[in-house]
Amino acid sequence: MKRLLMTSAALTAFGGAAMAQTEISMWYHGAGNQVESDILNGIVSDFNESQSDWTVTVESFPQASYNDSVVAAALAGNLPCIMDVDGPVMPNWAWSGYMQPLSIDEGLIEDFLPGTLGMWDGELYSVGLWDAAVALYARESTLEELGLRRPTLEEPWTGEEFMAALDAARDSGNYEYALDLGMNDQGEWYPYAFLPFLWSHGGSLVDRETYASAEGALNGEAGIEFGEWWQMLFEEGYAPGTSEDPADQTRGFIEGDFAFQWNGNWRAVATMEEVDDVIFLPAPDFGAGNFIGGGSWQFGVSASCPNPEGANAFIEFALQDEYLAAFSDGIGLIPATSSAAAMTENYAEGGPLAVFFDLSNDQARLRPVTPGYVVQSEIFTKAMADIANGADVIDTLDAAVDEIESDIEANQGYGHE
Amino acid sequence: MASKLTQSNRAGWAFALPGFGLIAAFIILPFFFAFGLSLTDQRLVSPNATQFVGLENYRDMLGLGLVTLEPERDEAGEIVRDEDGLPQYPRVRTITRSDEYPQYSGMGEWFSWSSGDTVKVVLASDVVFWRALANTLLFVLIVAPVQAACALGLALLINQRLRGINVFRALYFMPVVVSIVVVSLLWRFIYDGRDGLLNSMLGFLSFGAFEGHDWLGDPATALPAIMAMSIWQAVGFHMVIWLAGLQTISPTLYEAADIEGASKWQRFRYVTWPGLRNTAVLILIVITMQAFALFAQIDVMTNGGPLDSTQTLVFQAVERGYGRQDISGGSTISVVLFLLVLTISLIQRWLTRERK
Repeated sequence: MKRLLMTSAALTAFGGAAMAQTEISMWYHGAGNQVESDILNGIVSDFNESQSDWTVTVESFPQASYNDSVVAAALAGNLPCIMDVDGPVMPNWAWSGYMQPLSIDEGLIEDFLPGTLGMWDGELYSVGLWDAAVALYARESTLEELGLRRPTLEEPWTGEEFMAALDAARDSGNYEYALDLGMNDQGEWYPYAFLPFLWSHGGSLVDRETYASAEGALNGEAGIEFGEWWQMLFEEGYAPGTSEDPADQTRGFIEGDFAFQWNGNWRAVATMEEVDDVIFLPAPDFGAGNFIGGGSWQFGVSASCPNPEGANAFIEFALQDEYLAAFSDGIGLIPATSSAAAMTENYAEGGPLAVFFDLSNDQARLRPVTPGYVVQSEIFTKAMADIANGADVIDTLDAAVDEIESDIEANQGYGHE
Repeated sequence: MASKLTQSNRAGWAFALPGFGLIAAFIILPFFFAFGLSLTDQRLVSPNATQFVGLENYRDMLGLGLVTLEPERDEAGEIVRDEDGLPQYPRVRTITRSDEYPQYSGMGEWFSWSSGDTVKVVLASDVVFWRALANTLLFVLIVAPVQAACALGLALLINQRLRGINVFRALYFMPVVVSIVVVSLLWRFIYDGRDGLLNSMLGFLSFGAFEGHDWLGDPATALPAIMAMSIWQAVGFHMVIWLAGLQTISPTLYEAADIEGASKWQRFRYVTWPGLRNTAVLILIVITMQAFALFAQIDVMTNGGPLDSTQTLVFQAVERGYGRQDISGGSTISVVLFLLVLTISLIQRWLTRERK
C-alpha cells in the first residue's frame, strides 16, 4: 500500500516536472475526408502548441456510423471529452445526459450565424464553425430560355411561379426531369431539405410551442395541402422518385438532365467547376414564408469529461475566424461569422457563394429543437417517401402523427414542460 | 439417471464447452434479455428510468380491429355515387380519430374489401408490423421451396463425371462466398430503373420492345426482385449440401436399377429421392430459418420501401431498436419472430418425422 502511494506520488511529481499536458480526447465525424482532417489536425496542433496545459487527440469516424458510435460509447461509459454533434441531434444527447453546457466567452459567439449555436433548455451546448444551406440550383441560361423572372431574397418565387417554372421546364422537352430533389438519400437529408417546404405551406412537424403533440401541425390543413403538392410532384413526373440512382442524382444537373435541383451548398464548388452559369436561387414561398434548414455539425463537451476547462479552451480556440475561413475554403461550407466570410474565396462580398451566407442568415430555421427529433426525423422521412410513392396523403400523415405522439408519450414528454 | 452424457465423459463436455458457452452467451442469454425488455418501456437513449409495462408492447403491436363502413347517403337515403357510379365512403380517419370510438384510436387501415354496398376495413394498431409479417411469410413460402429445388437441380447437374466439372462447381458456389452486402449493392445496379443491366438485357432480347421497368421502385416487383436475388445468392450453398447427400447414395443401387431397366425418372424417383430424405429435411429447415432472418438485402437495396412492400420482421426489429430508439419495441418483434420460427420448425419436424 505504501509502495503504491509512493509510486503515485512519484508519478505526480514527474508529471509536474516534465510539464506533461493533460490529454483531452476528441471525436470527429469526418473520417475519409482528407481535406477536412488536415484542417482539423492543423487546429489541434496549433492549440497544443499554443499552451502547455492540454493536449487534444483526435479520433475520426465515418459520418454514417458516427451517431451510432457515440450512443454505443455513451452506453458503455466511454465518451470522449470533446465531441462533434449534428445540430438537430444535440438536444437528444443533452437530454440523455451525454453532454454538458459549454462555458465559453459569450463575446466570441456574438456574431455567429443563428444556425451555428446549439441551445437546449436555455443553455448553449454546442457551437458550429460553419453552417450549411440549401438552394435551388439553376442555370442562368435556363431562366432566359424559359423566360422566367430571376427570384431574389427580397422577392422569391411564389408557389405558383415555382410551379409555372417547373411546367415551363417540362414543356420545353429539353430536360429529363424539371426538378431533382435528391430522393435517393433517405437519411437526414429528407427533413433537412423538405421540412422547409412544409413550413412554407404553414405546417410543422410537431407543435413547436409545447413539443407535446403533432396533431393538426403535420396533418392539419396546411400539412395535407403540402402532402398533396408533394405527391403531385412525383405523380406528374416533375421529379425523380425514391429509386433514383445515386450516380444520376450527382451528375444529373451538371449534365443538363434536370432544369432545377434542390441541393446543398456543399455541392456548390464542384458544380461551379463544371457549369459556368450556375446560379443559386432562394427557396420559393408557398404562402407562409420561405425557409431553408439550419444547423450543421457542431462541437460540444461530454458530461463525463474530467477536464471540461481544457475542452472549452479548445473550442474557444477553434472559433477563430482564420479556422472558420479555412474550413469554408476547404469544403465549401458557410463560415459562421461575416468577418470570417470576408476572408474566404467564395463567401466574401461578391464571391460566387456569398448568396448562401445571406440565405443562411435570412431564411434558416432550425429543425424542431427537441430530444424527440431523432425519432421524428425518421418518421418524417418514411412519410415523405411513402407519399412520393403514391400512399394516401391523409392516412400517411395521420399515421406519422400517431407514431410521433406515441413516441413522445413513451418518453414522458422528452423533458419539455 | 446415468446415461452416456454423464458417465465419465469429461473430455466430451470440455470439447463442447466453447461451443455451448458461445451459444449461451450470444444467443440464449440475449433471448432472455429480449423477452425481459419486451415487457418494459426500455429506450436506447433516455434519462428516464425503465418501467415495467406488462404486455402493453404486445397489445400495441398485435392489436387488430374490424370496422364496416356504410356508404354515404343523401337526405333521401340514396347512396351518394361518384361519376363512375361507385358509392362514396367516409374516410377511415372519421373513426380512428374520433372520440366516439376510443377503441380504434391510433389505428390505421391495413387492408379492406367490399361486401355489397359496405366496405369492411381491417384496422391494425401497428400496420407496418403486420405488413412486415405478411412479407416475411410470403418470402419464406416462395424462397424455401424454390431455392431448395434449384439447388437440387444444380447438384444433379454437377454430380456427373465430366471433364472440368469442378469449374462449374466453383462458379455456382461463388455467390455464397461474396458478402451479401456486396451482392446486394451489385444487384441494385442490375435492377436500376433507368439503365440497369436487367433492363438493357430485356430490351436487347426483345429488340427494343421492352421499355424498362423500375424493379425496386415498384411495390409490385420490389419483393419478387429481392426474392430472385436471394435465391440466386444462396443456392450454391444448398447445392453443396445436396451434393454431399447425393454422394452418400451407394452406386450399387443405381447399378441394380439399371439392371431392372429403370428409366431416368424412375432412377431419380425410387433411388435418388429416398436416399436424400434426411438431406431434404435439413435443407428445408435451414432455408426456412435463413429466409426468416432476411435483413441485409432490405437494408442495402430498399430500406423497406416502396410503400412497405419490402418490410420484414428483422429489418423492423433493427429499425425500431436503433432508428426509433425503441429497444422494447424491437425486442417485442424479436420475441414474436422467435416464437414463429420455433413453431414452424416444430411443425416441419413433425411433418418430416420418420414414420414407422
